[in-house]
Amino acid sequence: MRKFLNDPGEAVRDSLVGLAAAHPGVLRYDTANGIVVRADGPVPGKVGVVSGGGSGCEPLHTGFVGHGMLDAAAPGQVFSSPVPDQIIAATHAADAGAGVLHVVKNFTGEVMNFEMAAELAAIDGAVVETVVVNDDVAVLDTPGTAGRRGLGATVLVEKLAGAAAERGQPLDAVAGVARRVVHRARSFGVGLSSCTPPVAGRPIFTLPDGEIELGIGISGEPGRRRVPMRSARELAALIVSEVLTDLAPTPGAPVLAMLSGMGGTPSSELHLLYGEVDRCLRDAGVEPVRRIVGNFITSLEQSGAALTVLELDDELISLWDAPVHTAALRWGM
Amino acid sequence: MTDTSTTIDGRALRAWLHEFARRVAENSDHLTALDSEIGDADHGSNMHRGMAAVVAAIDADAGTEPGPLLKLVGRTLVSTVGGAAGPLYGTLFLRMAATAGDAGPLDAAGFAKALRAGLEGVAARGRTEIGDKTMVDALAPAVDALEARLAAGAAPATALAAAAAAAAAGRDATAGRIARKGRASYLGERSIGHQDPGSASATLLVEAAAAALGTGADGQA
Repeated sequence: MRKFLNDPGEAVRDSLVGLAAAHPGVLRYDTANGIVVRADGPVPGKVGVVSGGGSGCEPLHTGFVGHGMLDAAAPGQVFSSPVPDQIIAATHAADAGAGVLHVVKNFTGEVMNFEMAAELAAIDGAVVETVVVNDDVAVLDTPGTAGRRGLGATVLVEKLAGAAAERGQPLDAVAGVARRVVHRARSFGVGLSSCTPPVAGRPIFTLPDGEIELGIGISGEPGRRRVPMRSARELAALIVSEVLTDLAPTPGAPVLAMLSGMGGTPSSELHLLYGEVDRCLRDAGVEPVRRIVGNFITSLEQSGAALTVLELDDELISLWDAPVHTAALRWGM
Repeated sequence: MTDTSTTIDGRALRAWLHEFARRVAENSDHLTALDSEIGDADHGSNMHRGMAAVVAAIDADAGTEPGPLLKLVGRTLVSTVGGAAGPLYGTLFLRMAATAGDAGPLDAAGFAKALRAGLEGVAARGRTEIGDKTMVDALAPAVDALEARLAAGAAPATALAAAAAAAAAGRDATAGRIARKGRASYLGERSIGHQDPGSASATLLVEAAAAALGTGADGQA
């Protein structure tokens, strides 16, 4: 393992110290509570939007704290959800009296820790609504599983619900936007390599030469299937087909396409793949009227990419275009 | 000797928790290796961090009653472990604490009753049944065995040893199952052939009880 590290056990904290140093006007790192908060928050009268999850998926969630997105984020250890104390602190830091929305990815640990935190925060008088994101089409959504994972749609929920909150919409409306996004977004990921968590110090799995993992999540775990490597054109067709078959978008619908790298794929490769994805989407009869390509929800330095498609409407387009200023996303201001 | 009376006080529980922490530290890499096969490769390091915090907390705490001590353990685990293991192990000890209450030292039956409540808390928090390939697969047969042996008049040491054996058998049986909860469930049939890491750590918990309470609780045994 060759990584920029001091003590592997302090990797998350040290990284957040650096994030805050790099973006002083945007966010603040509350070391006592282990959370990242908006530099200018809480904003009076505004619904607070809070998320959190295992670290290692940067820029999710800490990189999305700021104007127009999250008011606070609770980062756990690498690939391990935050603890209730952190989530409660983030909830109070975001609470300006208009209520707080918890954006929770559907992972067992995250759901349980947010559940305990919401119960405890409510005792202190916080009004909390929870939206669980579960957009991963690679996982069967049956009673025999933990249900679909929350993947790229989380970024879109944070942006769109964050914009609705910034506009001064009430908690039920902000939660409504979040639920609409969850309902209309689907994701599918492909892994070309493993990653190496700092504390574990070695790759989570090894892939033989010429093989890849289909249906990966965001914590370096293996996917649903291991298959031989193939061309970007063939992979794009497969990924788009997996997503659209499940999403079943309205023919001709405008969509937002997000192609997120997993952290270890160069920008040139991601854009090469996006070119193929864009063409496949159009061939399938949907139009990517908004698109975003880069590292937004990752697994450390894993090679690979995940596509998220969201069927849009006029309000969602307007919320997407609304100003945002975070460490990882910035436009309109 | 068929004397089933025993006293499980704060000192005995501390011995149990120290022993569990020692076993978690010793098996941390093994637990993480199991988790890296079907999960997210952090169970050993998470539990190690949590139990180190528990040891520090109970060593700094002068209380002698089981209820408050178990509550301290549960709160410490919830606030240090994270992941799924934090709420699950935290709930286990918090429910044990609620059952132990303020009534003073437990006898073996009282300990079994508290452990039963802890198991039920874990199952409720995780919405888990036996056979889902989770820590419940080790804990449930262990509690069953403990209760059955105590009811039959066995000495606490014997009953705890039976519970540890039942936990280990439950743990071993998880390897043949399809995971239905947690991250391993995403793998579907690919989860077969891998032992569940939660059942492995839960087995350490029961084995630690057999080692620490089985002798300590019996005084001379």
